[in-house]
Amino acid sequence: MNISIFEILGPVMIGPSSSHTAGAAKLARTAAAIAAKPFLRVRFELSGSFAKTGLGHGTHQALLAGAIGLHEDDERLRVADKLAKAQDIDWEFSEIELPDAHENTVAFTFFCTDGTQVRIVGCSLGGGRILVTDIDGMKTEISAEQPTIVVEQNDKPGVVSAISRVLAEQGINIGVMRVSRTAKGEAAGCVIETDTTVPPEVAARLCALDNVHTVRVIEG
Amino acid sequence: MGYDTIAQLMVQCEGRPERMPQVIYENEIRLTDRTKTEIYAELEARYAVMRLSAEKALREPQKMVCGLIEGQAMRQQKYAAERGGISGTFFNRIMALALSGSEVNASMGRICAAPTAGSCGIVPAVLVGLEEQGGWSKEKMLDALLVAGGIGAVITKNATVAGAEGGCQAECGTAAAMAAGAAAWLFGGTPEQVGDAAAIALIHVMGLVCDPVAGLVQLPCSFRNASGAVNALISADLALAGQMPGIPPDEVINAMYRVGRKLPMELRETALGGMAAEPTARAIAKKLFATDETT
Repeated sequence: MNISIFEILGPVMIGPSSSHTAGAAKLARTAAAIAAKPFLRVRFELSGSFAKTGLGHGTHQALLAGAIGLHEDDERLRVADKLAKAQDIDWEFSEIELPDAHENTVAFTFFCTDGTQVRIVGCSLGGGRILVTDIDGMKTEISAEQPTIVVEQNDKPGVVSAISRVLAEQGINIGVMRVSRTAKGEAAGCVIETDTTVPPEVAARLCALDNVHTVRVIEG
Repeated sequence: MGYDTIAQLMVQCEGRPERMPQVIYENEIRLTDRTKTEIYAELEARYAVMRLSAEKALREPQKMVCGLIEGQAMRQQKYAAERGGISGTFFNRIMALALSGSEVNASMGRICAAPTAGSCGIVPAVLVGLEEQGGWSKEKMLDALLVAGGIGAVITKNATVAGAEGGCQAECGTAAAMAAGAAAWLFGGTPEQVGDAAAIALIHVMGLVCDPVAGLVQLPCSFRNASGAVNALISADLALAGQMPGIPPDEVINAMYRVGRKLPMELRETALGGMAAEPTARAIAKKLFATDETT
């Protein structure tokens, strides 16, 4: 049996829907962790079933809760709008048509305090599972089931092996590693799922490598 | 050695009921690399969440969008306390516990999906309700929860537990099958009787559609959690008495899956058919979409 009993007897979550509430919160929390910057405003563009039936499932509150860092089993999820207001964070919801996208897809735009914007697209797959598919135009696949490192680097020889060397030295085992790029020799992205958590000092060492621009760590 | 079907689970048990939770946690150890102690600690934590959700709405009504099932759990409890009930205080208690789970879920409270959020009232109601009757240690209750998890894993593996794929029979039907197996096991059923109890619970609701009013996980979900919990108990009793479904549990699971796939899209969690398509339900949906505060 390759299905854990805790997938059946779980997740522990805030109701009423594993896809439209718990999954929405996890997706937004993951998106905010990838954006990795303080923000003043967030725009949620909802497609498919999220746009049509999200209202009754608290999807809006769940997305907002995730964006401000609440977990999917946090009972403050239902008052996320009040918490966001208290943190002076503004938000807006709109509908979006995304052809070929999964039914429950959200496009997040974080308007950061440093004046930049980060756009992240992802979907809620059901049962609380999620997938981030796009970071600022770069295609990716991040499920956040495991601790995950997201690296932006130059598409140069040796960068990927330098990254894996640092992890090996720290005794961090790589479960899955995916490399993608916008075009040959230009910006590249690297998603690494690890078996154990990634301490901040490891992230700092990765960030100090040549040709590495940013390193974000997402807890599993 | 693992199990992917009820039949394989039976073989692994070698006819000994006490083997059943062991087979399931041994598989979990292999799968997730956790120790037995860690697995039981996690089971205990989840059972604690289940108990809280089964009892919370018995103390005060839970506020929710549209409020379609607000106060249901307390209403049932009050009725049972005052009049005993046609089906007796025990069945009424079980229904009140299940209604509480549904109410907490609908109100954006904390629940443990089992196997889904929409059906989260059933397994806790049966286990907590039986535990109140007394006679079982904490470990025994966690073993029963393992049995429920094992049955749910087999159904997830070979069929579906998603209402959007298989209708309510896949959600509340599976939850009832899990709870029926756990109840039969607690009462000393043989591994075969545990499997039969699960199969009988699925037989009782085969074809049940998912038709949430206004798309909310409220109506008719809470009623199907209450009846699902009762379904689990009568299925366990039927199996323990030696009633045999006649069709092996794995074939009943397969039948449930095939029936689910044949359900039209309107009856699979889209809120376009069944009760959801009636005028009163449409009026509720219209009102809901006119009063959103977060947009």
